[in-house]
Amino acid sequence: MREITLSKAVNEAIAEEMRRDPAIFLLGEDVAEAGTPFKVLSGLVEEFGPERVIDTPISEPGFMGMAVGAAMTGSRPIVDLMFGDFIFLIMDQLCNQAAKTHYMSGGKLKVPLVLRTNLGATRRSAAQHSQSLHALVAHIPGLKVALPSSAYEAKGLMKTAIRDNNPVVIFEDKLMYNDKAPVPEEEYLIPFGEAAVLREGRDVTIVATSSMVQVSLKAAEMLAADGISAEVIDPRTIVPLDEETILESVRKTSRAIVVDEGHQSFGVTAEIASRISEKAFYHLDAPVIRMGAMDVPVPFSPALEDLTVPTPDGVAEAARRIVRGETRDAA
Amino acid sequence: MAAARRKTNTEDYLRMYSQMVRIRTFEDNANQLYLSAKMPGLTHMYSGEEAVAVGICEALTDDDKITSTHRGHGHCVAKGADFRQMFCELLGKAEGYCRGKGGSMHIADQSHGNLGANAIVGGSMGIATGAALSAKRLGRNDVAVCFFGDGATAQGLMYEVMNMAALWKLPVIYACENNGYSEYTATAEIAAGSILKRAEAFGIEAHQVDGQDVLAVNDLAQKLVARARNGEGPFFIELLTYRYHGHHVGDINRDYYRTKEEETIWKEKRDPIVNFGAWLAKEGIASEEELKTIRDDIRADAEAAVAYALDAPYPPGSEVTMHVFADNDAA
Repeated sequence: MREITLSKAVNEAIAEEMRRDPAIFLLGEDVAEAGTPFKVLSGLVEEFGPERVIDTPISEPGFMGMAVGAAMTGSRPIVDLMFGDFIFLIMDQLCNQAAKTHYMSGGKLKVPLVLRTNLGATRRSAAQHSQSLHALVAHIPGLKVALPSSAYEAKGLMKTAIRDNNPVVIFEDKLMYNDKAPVPEEEYLIPFGEAAVLREGRDVTIVATSSMVQVSLKAAEMLAADGISAEVIDPRTIVPLDEETILESVRKTSRAIVVDEGHQSFGVTAEIASRISEKAFYHLDAPVIRMGAMDVPVPFSPALEDLTVPTPDGVAEAARRIVRGETRDAA
Repeated sequence: MAAARRKTNTEDYLRMYSQMVRIRTFEDNANQLYLSAKMPGLTHMYSGEEAVAVGICEALTDDDKITSTHRGHGHCVAKGADFRQMFCELLGKAEGYCRGKGGSMHIADQSHGNLGANAIVGGSMGIATGAALSAKRLGRNDVAVCFFGDGATAQGLMYEVMNMAALWKLPVIYACENNGYSEYTATAEIAAGSILKRAEAFGIEAHQVDGQDVLAVNDLAQKLVARARNGEGPFFIELLTYRYHGHHVGDINRDYYRTKEEETIWKEKRDPIVNFGAWLAKEGIASEEELKTIRDDIRADAEAAVAYALDAPYPPGSEVTMHVFADNDAA
């Protein structure tokens, strides 16, 4: 199978959908000729023209709000938010307007829009261009949240997001834009709420999202060398969450580690760990381990920044400890 | 009265009169429901501002979109909504416009192009502007009107979307209902400079009109709607008007921010319904008796709708989880 970059996969997904449905248009800062700072959207304005690939002023709440209104009136906008950190600027339009409109109108109005943005630290971009804020969005009922972990997922989830009749927020890992993965030539969609079991194992379940999937797969390789068999699961969407695949795995392995690049406190790791504890408690041999980003603003200095995010070594070490029974004392 | 076009417009005039009376009557009943503790929560009365909503909405078709505010019953009625479904919504009943999920501050009636009231001051400015972008992009002929108060002119979102509307020549009309008060604070204390000039700074043609004169409002609205449809938008209108009640129905002791004398002057000298009724009688368009019949019929309609809504069932508990997400059509 051919291999393409995550960036190319997103570009293909959007182009294919725009060819299929004239109601789709893109808007955001520097999406047209510039193709975004990461060049993810290069070539789209040439094919679809400036009427459908719209460069906006630097007015995130403004263009997000306009996308909500456009989505309510027959369009299917894709909003490009240059950095995930800017989501704080659009919170009212995303969380008070887009997320609630269908519910507040008793089902009369729909808001089919995609907000594509990114997450991920270790790019030496400091605290306002490095956050992984997907848990904030996942907390708000009415928003779906997709977290692609490779080019394959990025394409299939984007196509599904564009066809969804609800607001969907996709966080791409900005460090993975140039990473290649096998992506079929023929069309495919990845349904929401279906986790992927990326590696099967007996001893410990590692549930990992987005940027942490590759980290966890590397950890699993290291563990295999130690004779520990780790199962790696990528939920792919956290809203909706495929709880059953996770629980089924934990019932088999009896141990679980949840790894996610959002801040550890009050985040995705907490949510998934608590669901495992609530629903598979009697299958567990040890407390569920959570591994998120440290609860600090992302620091600039590489010497500090690299400490804040889970690493393959860290995940592998946590897995060894849980398998050896060393984490039970904490309970 | 401005813009008298007496010859053939009798029907239009009487409909405008009726619509204004309908709004006032609706509000009088809503206030009564609050005072008698039959309505859950609070509501914001539109009484006194009727000529604004009616003058503008009479210039629109059902395909034209409006966005409304927390003080939104007037826009809703003026855009064609039905008393029964509105009262049911105010009381949280299943037959309400939003199946009781929105209430007073979120009534949406998309069959008449009302994209909904909004409980965030200024929150719908992006939505209205996006509806205009959608109409233009999809080659539809409709116009969007964004209703908001003077208080909302303090929100940054307004300037972001007016900038984009002007850049892209969108068919949107910003209708600023300046009722002199931003909640409990005089507009002079929250707005520097000129509101009109703020719009003009973007190159948007801006007009000020007497918001108590339904014909003046309608005359201006007819012209601007036609021009917006013709691609000459956006436009901005500042409508000078007055809010008879407090910020909401519970804001009764308000001497600290405005005087009784001021309220009396507006109510006795500048009432849009009384003055328009007097003009209709003077011009021989309708007799006092005919106008009284209109008012009596509307009062009876409203009372029947209130009685119906009071007896109507609440939504079943099973609906609490309905409409969080819209269904997806089969691909």
